[in-house]
Amino acid sequence: MSDDIILEINDVSRRYSDEESTVDALNHVSLSVKKGEFVSIIGASGCGKTTLLRLIAGLDTPQEGELLLNGERITGPDPSRGYVFQQSGLFQWLTVEQNIASGLKARHVFKENKARIPEYISMIGLEGFEKSYPHQISGGMAQRVAIARALINNPKLLLLDEPMGALDSFTRADLQDKLLELRKENDATMILVTHDVDEAIYLSDRIVIMTPRPGKISEIMEVKFPHPRHRGGAEFLEARRNILEKFHMAAANPEPEYTI
Amino acid sequence: MSDAGNKINKTTQKFGLIIIFTMLGFGLAIVANIIFPQVAEDVSLEKYAVLGLNLNINDAYRIVLAGIISIYGLLGVYAYVKPERRDQYIKQAKFRFVMGLALALWDLLGTKLEVLPQPFFPGPAGIIRAFLMESDFIWQNTLYSLRLFTAGFLAGVVFGIGTGILIGWFPKVYYWVAPILNITGIIPAVAWMPFALTLFPTPFSAAVFLMVICVWFPVASLTASGVQSTPKAQFEVARTLGGNELYLLFHVAVPHAMPQIFTGINTASAFAFTTLVMAEMMGQPGGLGYYINASKVWSAYYKVFAAIIVMAILFSLITRIVKLIESRALRWQRGLLKNE
Repeated sequence: MSDDIILEINDVSRRYSDEESTVDALNHVSLSVKKGEFVSIIGASGCGKTTLLRLIAGLDTPQEGELLLNGERITGPDPSRGYVFQQSGLFQWLTVEQNIASGLKARHVFKENKARIPEYISMIGLEGFEKSYPHQISGGMAQRVAIARALINNPKLLLLDEPMGALDSFTRADLQDKLLELRKENDATMILVTHDVDEAIYLSDRIVIMTPRPGKISEIMEVKFPHPRHRGGAEFLEARRNILEKFHMAAANPEPEYTI
Repeated sequence: MSDAGNKINKTTQKFGLIIIFTMLGFGLAIVANIIFPQVAEDVSLEKYAVLGLNLNINDAYRIVLAGIISIYGLLGVYAYVKPERRDQYIKQAKFRFVMGLALALWDLLGTKLEVLPQPFFPGPAGIIRAFLMESDFIWQNTLYSLRLFTAGFLAGVVFGIGTGILIGWFPKVYYWVAPILNITGIIPAVAWMPFALTLFPTPFSAAVFLMVICVWFPVASLTASGVQSTPKAQFEVARTLGGNELYLLFHVAVPHAMPQIFTGINTASAFAFTTLVMAEMMGQPGGLGYYINASKVWSAYYKVFAAIIVMAILFSLITRIVKLIESRALRWQRGLLKNE
């Protein structure tokens, strides 16, 4: 393996079982992610994309195989792997500022890093909302706060679990641009789970297509053309056509879940 | 411009009338007390020396009414200066006016004519006699109640939140302690009185023990349920941020439980008032409950009423303070709930 591999997923399987049935959420999945790379995972619901992300975060453990971050086995959650949830998961009782600070407080490094908070607030463009509570700001703003809260811990890896799924299309486009900006500024490796094909093309260096029952990787596609990517451009449309074709070929389920 | 000016003039003029209307009811009560002759003969108009003045019950009653009038007058002036306060003041005007008339009527029936059965229902001036006779003694008993309440209530809240957190967080503690909490919790605290009085060295500490028990139950059970109802997702967020067990408990579960903790504290304060008065009536050397009991023995029902009035003021002040602390602690909820 070359030196710039940050994350290695080796032959990982995860089953969920109850009295009646067993679900193969992930079946022998392997994947490597390079430092600084933006990888999107797309697929129909039930293909195990969120399960895979939760394994990387350490919120769940596999029954077979292993996950390595910089060669070290992942055994539990750690702030070096920031996680942004589908619903922002902001603490309702803390202000925007305090929510961003909560990452520092949890690691007991608040005092020495206090001065960095304004920087992250301006990075996500929320100046003037420092003292607002989560219910007083919009869904898009809340997700930006959640991203800043994860980034202030200087994660090696930022894991994004459909963070834009609940947002309207304008807010979503706005947040996508913000993500690209943040990526440049923070030099972070990002893994995004989404069911939005356009979003994946707009943001990623590589797109991992997964299929359900059992959950596995069916295809990995590189997106090579440069940023900023124009959503109506020929290369963009070509990439989208490619992905949709692969979806139809690969899908056991003829009705993939995606939005255009 | 002159139109707008006229309008403002008219509304301020009208507000002036409302201030007068508010004070008028109590004014009429003073007038009624002055001009109506004392028909019933066994009412004592003995004079008491208070603060260097020689007052009989009617003088004192009129001074109290004058005090009420000046308070509402000042509130009116305050609302006049701060227009956002006016609506509230206007809304209260009718009630305050009728309250004055009701006092006048009560004065006539209770003191002047003694139509109401005596000595059970003295007039307002009759109740004031208790304060003229022994305001020091009432004050001492009030302080005793306040001390007992503060000690028992605070200890109960601290103890309740503590056990609530343990029950809510550790399944083993839940298994062993929750049944005990549920059984002892539904027993009215005063039922333990006989034991408390024998087991504790002083009546005061026995009463504190009863208060702690009655506050402990609602606070502990609501704290526990608040901690238990914290969504798993919130813990996952905290864990990915690097929070350890202590962080999850004190920075996620406890703040999440805070609204329910305060529901418990509010319920507990109502229980605590009951327990306080009952404990005092059953075996304390002081307190408003003791004062009621001691007065009842001499059929001094006007003193019973006086104690009830002091309780009303004291308990509503305590409730206010609790509400104030609650709205400070839960200010993140403002605008999130229906009624705020």
